[in-house]
Amino acid sequence: MIHGILGIWNYWIVIILMMTGLFIVISRHNLVKKMVGLTIFQTSVFLFYISLGKVQGGTAPILTGYKDSLYSNPLPHVLILTAIVVGVATTALGLALILRIKSEYGTIEENEIAELNTEENSK
Amino acid sequence: MAEFLINGFLIFLLAIIAVVAIRSIKIFSTVMLAGAYSLICAIIFVSLDAVDVAFTEAAVGAGLSTVLYIAAMRHLPKREKVVNDNTIFALIVCFGVGCLLIWASFDLPVIGDPMAPIHQHVGPYYISNTKPDMGIPNLVTGVLASYRGYDTLGETVVIFTAGLGVLLLLGDGKNRDKNE
Repeated sequence: MIHGILGIWNYWIVIILMMTGLFIVISRHNLVKKMVGLTIFQTSVFLFYISLGKVQGGTAPILTGYKDSLYSNPLPHVLILTAIVVGVATTALGLALILRIKSEYGTIEENEIAELNTEENSK
Repeated sequence: MAEFLINGFLIFLLAIIAVVAIRSIKIFSTVMLAGAYSLICAIIFVSLDAVDVAFTEAAVGAGLSTVLYIAAMRHLPKREKVVNDNTIFALIVCFGVGCLLIWASFDLPVIGDPMAPIHQHVGPYYISNTKPDMGIPNLVTGVLASYRGYDTLGETVVIFTAGLGVLLLLGDGKNRDKNE
């Protein structure tokens, strides 16, 4: 039983971190904080992939020269490398959008932006 | 067992950082906590054998994105206005989704199991053929640049598009006054 829990424990932590990120995205109105929440969500997915690629007793996927070396799976590492770099690109784009919103509306609180929009429409 | 304890401690730190990041009102400290979060993730990646991912996360995730946030913070308000109008809804959604995911996690293979489906597919092919095909010892580089080179090409297209988007959104600051 305890071994079973240890075996999938990483997944549970990933799920908890993921839900923390989702909670920030849903409950906070500040757009920068929403971006941080998305980052936490994203990083938890990275942890999930890397956990899947781990082999018990394996080593980093760099050839050691010994015949009987056991390596962790390199494929998830490659996918996550790509995802990290793309994640930063999307962060930059999101921050640029937030800066434009700030210069248009004068605020980055989502509920205030919604109020400004309804006022605009009712005029 | 020692590895498990170290991982457990690091992941405990991650959870604390995430909770403090939710509660802090100062945006600046939230941003710095996000940087620390990325750095601790990088340490966990090292212990899970993903060294290439770890240094990318440390350089790009903890370094570059924190710099981007701080650069953007210059023009943004420093404090969050706390409005707790949908906390209950968010808690219910997160708890429900979390329970469903934990239920699903029982079907996943045990971590480190060499017989898991992920290790039976193309992984062994990459491990045995990178050296004869490319002549380099780093398997991650071999897969990234050669076997899955089109993925990397797609990645650069995404980065190019994002950079173009940032330039179009922010411009050089000259045209902004004309519109207002």
